[in-house]
Amino acid sequence: MRLRTLVWRELFERKNQLATSFVAILLGISVIVSIKNITFYSEKAVARELDALGANIMILPKSASLQDYYSSDMQDEEFPEEYVARLTTSDLQGLDNLSPKLSVPVELRGKRFTLTGILPKNEFQAKAAWQGAGIFGRPQGCGVVVKMPGVADAPAKETLVRLRVIDDLSGTEALVGADMAAALNIKEGDSVGLLGQSFTVSAVLPSTGTVDDARAFAHLHTVQKLAGKGSVINAIEIVGCCNEISKGLVQKINRLLPEAKVVTITQIVDTQIKTNGMMSKLSMLFLGIIVLVGGASIANYMYANVFERRKEIGTLMAMGAGSSMVLKMFLLKAMLLGLVGGIGGFLLGTVLAVTLGPRIAGVPVLPMPVMVLWALGVAVAISLAASYFPARRAARMDPSSALQEI
Amino acid sequence: MLRMQSVSKSYNHRGRTVHAMDDVTLEIPAGDFVAVVGPSGSGKSSLLLVLGGMLSPSAGEVFVEGQSVYGISAEERAALRHRKIGFVFQTFNLVPYLSALENVQVPLLIGRVEEDEQRKRAAALLERVGLGDRLDHKPSELSVGQQQRVALARMLANDPAVILADEPTGNLDPETSEEILTFFEEVNREGRTIVMVTHDVRAAQRAKRTLRLADGKIASGQ
Repeated sequence: MRLRTLVWRELFERKNQLATSFVAILLGISVIVSIKNITFYSEKAVARELDALGANIMILPKSASLQDYYSSDMQDEEFPEEYVARLTTSDLQGLDNLSPKLSVPVELRGKRFTLTGILPKNEFQAKAAWQGAGIFGRPQGCGVVVKMPGVADAPAKETLVRLRVIDDLSGTEALVGADMAAALNIKEGDSVGLLGQSFTVSAVLPSTGTVDDARAFAHLHTVQKLAGKGSVINAIEIVGCCNEISKGLVQKINRLLPEAKVVTITQIVDTQIKTNGMMSKLSMLFLGIIVLVGGASIANYMYANVFERRKEIGTLMAMGAGSSMVLKMFLLKAMLLGLVGGIGGFLLGTVLAVTLGPRIAGVPVLPMPVMVLWALGVAVAISLAASYFPARRAARMDPSSALQEI
Repeated sequence: MLRMQSVSKSYNHRGRTVHAMDDVTLEIPAGDFVAVVGPSGSGKSSLLLVLGGMLSPSAGEVFVEGQSVYGISAEERAALRHRKIGFVFQTFNLVPYLSALENVQVPLLIGRVEEDEQRKRAAALLERVGLGDRLDHKPSELSVGQQQRVALARMLANDPAVILADEPTGNLDPETSEEILTFFEEVNREGRTIVMVTHDVRAAQRAKRTLRLADGKIASGQ
């Protein structure tokens, strides 16, 4: 027989008392696990929604006025395209999908539209100096599309709507916004003449509800040449990482490009950060509750257990058990309680998160196996801490008073 | 073997000082079988606990095979109990959630004996007390006499030189008492020293000598 056999047998000797402590720790851990699990997927979902909205940082000329975020790149002033290089070769973290733009007014069949020059992704990749230190050299993290179960990818050309970048675009290709296409009855494959050059419409973009619907997009360098403006742009759109934005990414860009104005969809970012913060605080609150309630329940159970078993403890001591063995016996019991409560709490919490998550947070939630380590760590730590003083009392028990009959 | 030198034990009970033992000096040679008798409150149980290293005296010294029992640390005292002393209790003090075999294994577990060896030795001891067919029975599934026999097997598990028994026949019928006392005589013949506290005159008569306690002092039998 080993000590753990003795502990294991005793665990089931007083099932009712054990059940109370076990339920306290099980429920506490399961609530925290489910909150953490839902929060994780909720953050992912918000990040994805933000990403789907498109760029969340805009770099504009210093004197630019900002009436509407989506039309803010329609500025008369310009700044050098070289600003893009400064960003891509910087060590700023949290920048994904830079999209430099030059927008100029155009007239087509008597109607006024905007022609926006954009730089496709392959142009960045072609520039060796931008690769190592640039955004494409960085690991992709937040700010790029997070794959969600059940959500299909958009067609290649339509990534412009969501990501504000496009993989490749030739000098004679154009993408046409939904409203513009509808107004002029333009279809994919048609030819349109803009600023004196003929473009092939490679895609009609889906409706976004923004001014982008009344635009045509072409290669930046083509638009620069046709407009006779040289290597200038009037906006850089950036998909920035929300966490990095919260850590002062905008201020860092401001320091890097002091001659430009940097704006962001702060409201959306703030909402997400506030939601994350609230969930995090809620999780901490429950952790506090479980430490207090679960810990108190276990301590109470252990004190009662020590009292009830004083005759047994005295007998063990009479047979030669030292205080260290008695201490070990109770702490081992606490550890087993923590282990079982932790695993049970993880399983129940995961089931709660997966079943209730979609209803509460409106996001699909998947199990997170890594949380089992967290659940075990917390449950065992609470159980051991709560049991230490009762265990010490047992170890220091006077063996003669424990054997009251003598 | 066992020696008490001017041992006194007093404690406070509801603001009153009670003298459980009063300047007791006693020597019990190896192989002796001593019955300790006396009225309730005469200090019999205190004497047994002090001898067994379970209750520190207020004054005086106790020696087991020449070693001071209370001149060492509590952990060393526990180890000394494990090596040399076996206790038998009136209510047996078996662990209720362990089987007969596992109860006998407990002293071996304390002594860190290998599991296989534990099982072998415990089974042999239970066989010796006539419970070879009750190894897996819990105490609640055994008769009172069988429970005391499990306790005797457990007491022998660490092969003690000294056996301290507190009213070992107090809860037993005459027939079972006889069996237990016969067993005590048998282990005494093996050379073990026995100190047995009892109210039972017939049990006391089976011992080699009787110590009578009164008011914490040895009244006769030295």
